[in-house]
Amino acid sequence: MPSQIENCFRALGESQRTAFMPFITAGDPDMGMTRALIRELSASGVDLIEVGFPYSDPIADGPVIQASYTRALEKQLHVRDIFAGISELDTQSLPPLVAMVSYAIIFRIGAEAFLSQAAQAGFSGMIVPDLPGDEAADFFQLVRAENLDLVQLVAPTTPRERVREILKSCSGFVYCIAVSGTTGVREEIAEELLAQLRWLREETDLPLCVGFGISRPEHIDPLRGLADGAIVGSGIVRHLESLADGDADRETVVKLIGNFAARMSAACHRE
Amino acid sequence: MQALEELTAEYTKARQNPDFQARFDHLLRTFVGRPNPLYFAERLTEHCGGARIYLKREDLNHTGAHKINNTIGQALLTLQMGKQRVIAETGAGQHGVATATACARFGLKCVVYMGEEDIRRQALNVFNMKTMGAEVRPVTSGSRTLRDAINEAMRDWMASVATTHYIIGSVVGPHPFPMIVRDFQSVIGRETRQQCLDELGRLPDEVIACVGGGSNSAGMFHPFVEDESVALTGVEAGGRGPQPGDHASTLSYGNKGVLHGSYSYVLQDDDGQTLDVHSISAGLDYPGVGPEHSFWKDAGRVTYTSIRDDEALETFKLVARCEGILPAIESSHALAQALKVARQRSSEDAIVVCLSGRGDKDVNEVARLTGEKI
Repeated sequence: MPSQIENCFRALGESQRTAFMPFITAGDPDMGMTRALIRELSASGVDLIEVGFPYSDPIADGPVIQASYTRALEKQLHVRDIFAGISELDTQSLPPLVAMVSYAIIFRIGAEAFLSQAAQAGFSGMIVPDLPGDEAADFFQLVRAENLDLVQLVAPTTPRERVREILKSCSGFVYCIAVSGTTGVREEIAEELLAQLRWLREETDLPLCVGFGISRPEHIDPLRGLADGAIVGSGIVRHLESLADGDADRETVVKLIGNFAARMSAACHRE
Repeated sequence: MQALEELTAEYTKARQNPDFQARFDHLLRTFVGRPNPLYFAERLTEHCGGARIYLKREDLNHTGAHKINNTIGQALLTLQMGKQRVIAETGAGQHGVATATACARFGLKCVVYMGEEDIRRQALNVFNMKTMGAEVRPVTSGSRTLRDAINEAMRDWMASVATTHYIIGSVVGPHPFPMIVRDFQSVIGRETRQQCLDELGRLPDEVIACVGGGSNSAGMFHPFVEDESVALTGVEAGGRGPQPGDHASTLSYGNKGVLHGSYSYVLQDDDGQTLDVHSISAGLDYPGVGPEHSFWKDAGRVTYTSIRDDEALETFKLVARCEGILPAIESSHALAQALKVARQRSSEDAIVVCLSGRGDKDVNEVARLTGEKI
């Protein structure tokens, strides 16, 4: 049975469109807001939604996302609250939800228990940034057993032999890191990324999505024809900061994020 | 991952290179001041009325603690790799000072990540680092302590690995860091073992060291692991008591989990979120522990126990009065355990305690806790 993410990219491929995938933090400031954002993003035309599980020590994330995680955890957010909150959505009628979650959390809860709860809540796949891709074979089997996808990260500096190894435990799409380092907003798309995308295209049939450093519609143009999707995290989550700081109310923030997502989706979907 | 594999390859080269080892040994002798003494604490022994207590005087090293053993070794590794920039994390500032020292010695650019809160509390160490040319970057994320400083250093390294070596301060983080730090610190145990054979004519009955991340203890224990007659005891920070958040006794109360790229015992909640920790000693309040300690615990080779804040504080004062030595508050945990054990052992027995650092850095905090003015 094809997974929800496979179906999503198949449909996009048929209409030759690039996917737009925003990232939001679960539970910042609460799951009600998270649900409101997911609905708004869906209405804005996004194709998939990444949902970050707040973690106390997120070394792959930049300051904007870490601050958001810290805010959520300070309100005593638990993994069970995330699953319960997502279960309240009709996920079948929404873009596929991809969980971004630390292996520290998965290991503590137990991989099988975590995956079955994630599938039940309505997630379609997961990204585990701190599980080395070439050590993920066993976990990959467990993920596939729930008909979920395990998305792997690949950096421009990852040697090609290792990329081949990582791709053996990858499904759904490949998360191509635009720059070495952590998530965050940056100015330009690097040439080394474009070269890697060309190479990856020969290596795998999986869709290629680019994240880390994408924040504006102009960033999409150089990726056209090379990547199948674009991911924006910090550029979205920074709006939650203004909510936390009291500079904007919920409704305004939902609209701001919705408008930004609509502009990014339009840039991605343009031929 | 790529960076870690390259580091493993470089370190393997260094380990097999006699020139590297000779240069390291020479610097330990002429710059650090090794070998430091194994000292018979006569009055402390009399005070307890039991086993003879010996102190391995890491506090007499240049910069006043064992940390310099590791930073000199890793600075040499940085030079071998042709890198010009070093980053490090620090909690109390001891590792930061030791790193700044090594970098000044070799003309390397040095950036030290330090929690905002620790910068305020450890003004003297911050001043020392800056004086030696290091840049101290305040860490304002998360709990603003040691583990957040490690997070920031790892982030820096992910983006800067081509030009930068990360000198991690303890036997934690992803492989090969715990192995590298243990190896450079093993000079403590090797010297101690030889000094026991020379001066006692035999191996000690028990060796005791404090455990935060676990570098002085790993360096002390490792050369004794095969000596089954030698009991090995690691002492964690018991803080105010066994409630979560009140201590930093990872091996005593933690669960198996993942933190900072290693699988080890970790203090975390049911969701895998790292718990806040407390200790009177800034050098022991880390919510994880070196993976090899977890192995030694599960293998039953090392016994781990904990000492509370108040016990460490009492021992700090006792050792100062009895021996004329101000021990680091970290090392005071190991000393407190030694005093307990010595009383129960016969006067024929010999106990070695790793006196991992000197206590000058702690006098302000001790004065504050005992209500004295400096």
